[in-house]
Amino acid sequence: MTEAERIQPGDAIHIGPPLTVDRYGPAARANHWVTAASLILLAISGLALFTPSLFFLTDFFGGGQNTRMLHPWFGIVLFVSFFVFFFQLWRANLWTRTDFVWLSRIGDLIAGHEERLPELEKYNAGQKFVFWAMSGLILILIVSGVIIWDQYFADATAIGTKRIAILAHSVAAVLIICVFILHVYAGIWTRGTLRAMTRGSVTGGWAWRHHRKWLRKLAGQHRVGPAE
Amino acid sequence: MMRPDSPRTAAANPPVQPMETNLTERDLIRRSATSSLPPPERQLTEVAKLIDVSKCIGCKACQSACIEWNDTNPAIEENVGVYTNPHDLTADMYTLMRFTEWVNPETDNLEWLIRKDGCMHCSDPGCLKACPSPGAIVQYSNGIVDFVHENCIGCGYCVKGCPFNIPRISKVDHKAYKCTLCSDRVAVGQGPACAKACPTKAIVFGTKEDMKKHADERIADLKSRGYANAGLYDPPGVSGTHVMYVLHHNDKPHIYADLPDNPRISPVVETWKGVTKYVGLAFMGVAAAGSLLHGILGRPNRVTEEDEEAAEELVERKPEARV
Ligand code: SF4
Ligand code: SF4
Ligand code: SF4
Repeated sequence: MTEAERIQPGDAIHIGPPLTVDRYGPAARANHWVTAASLILLAISGLALFTPSLFFLTDFFGGGQNTRMLHPWFGIVLFVSFFVFFFQLWRANLWTRTDFVWLSRIGDLIAGHEERLPELEKYNAGQKFVFWAMSGLILILIVSGVIIWDQYFADATAIGTKRIAILAHSVAAVLIICVFILHVYAGIWTRGTLRAMTRGSVTGGWAWRHHRKWLRKLAGQHRVGPAE
Repeated sequence: MMRPDSPRTAAANPPVQPMETNLTERDLIRRSATSSLPPPERQLTEVAKLIDVSKCIGCKACQSACIEWNDTNPAIEENVGVYTNPHDLTADMYTLMRFTEWVNPETDNLEWLIRKDGCMHCSDPGCLKACPSPGAIVQYSNGIVDFVHENCIGCGYCVKGCPFNIPRISKVDHKAYKCTLCSDRVAVGQGPACAKACPTKAIVFGTKEDMKKHADERIADLKSRGYANAGLYDPPGVSGTHVMYVLHHNDKPHIYADLPDNPRISPVVETWKGVTKYVGLAFMGVAAAGSLLHGILGRPNRVTEEDEEAAEELVERKPEARV
């Protein structure tokens, strides 16, 4: 794969001032909000059926029958929106040797010594982990989810298969909620990240601090957008 | 005369004067998705329906009686060359005669096995364990496991929990249906409709104790007639049931249209409803609480002025990058 492929089509520097860097275009951001909203709705409706202590959450969807009916449709939305995303981002999330080095020094990152870590492209190992974990878990969830979608597929599989599917579905759901918490918290902890999801851009300093190689490449490849 | 807490037979004609229901919320010993159920104030006598497979002639009077009493309308289906009709239990057919032609390898005789399938009213009901909706499945202290349709959300978890493949979800109202053991009749002193309708008394109803005694007599009779393996099917894997069979071949229940030899709640279901739930909640709780704590106590990763300057400088240093 050539280096240029690693740079996403929409990424560009705006000289400013202030200096900003585009990370996500409007379509990608809109899609990300669809992904986020459907994942949150799925978590709430799913947790309601996961444990009796959270069954009251079905009230948000107009009762248990509606929750049961809506949950799989939220899942379809998540699956479609995430996999649109997936095909845009997977190349940039391929694992590299630098990621091992970065991971081995993750303690420095948490302790506030990010300068001791290697320079990175658009995604760090943590972001890549979230990306692949989400991809794998969403695949498990959609397959197991369809198997237990009795409204339409009750007769398609045997009960033994459905039992395994429902166990896999609940384990994968627990894991994806944990990954989701990690993802959101990392975005909050790393100040200046959320604007990539609202405005689509980050400050030059943010790019320098967290994804310096990416910034260097953009600068080196004349990826400069029109001033705002 | 004191009214017994449950009818002792299905044969007698019931009292005709109006009666208060004898099965109330206070008689529940289990309620789905409910951890804090107050213990019942009284213990009702355990009841049971005993189905003597050796006496059944396959007339389906019980099926008709069940349809009649529960006012269901099973669809009229095609004859596909077997007597079993409809093809399976449905949300409108709570009980089904399953016909099996079996050649006994010892005698080379063709035996026509007819088993009345339906809910077994397990003492340890997998359906209830799996159900996520509070109060959609209940168990009374007399042993009846009943579905409360107002609370059912149609998720089909009970179908996965049941070791006997009994509950069916209606395509019309998306609720789960199965044999009620005629709880609405038993509550007012009447035996189940199917037992009452059975012309050969292959289905009898009474206290579980009486039914076991009656079964013993039947088994002794069958043994005296050469069925050495005759026995009572009251499977311990689900802590016994409140619908029991007398089987002439109790050593191999599976020959009766796949009646499970050793039914129990599937370990997969136990794992899903047990360890997954507790460990899962702990995981999610730790992840959420950990993030929150770190957010409050930890130092955020902030971009500094120097970072911004360094970025400016990098971009400046590449004048060719400016169009
Ligand atoms: S379908 Fe109804 S009875 Fe069955 S598990 Fe779901 S809520 Fe409970
Ligand atoms: S046979 Fe199935 S539906 Fe009936 S009580 Fe047992 S587990 Fe529940
Ligand atoms: S006990 Fe009642 S509901 Fe159950 S099979 Fe007999 S008639 Fe039908």
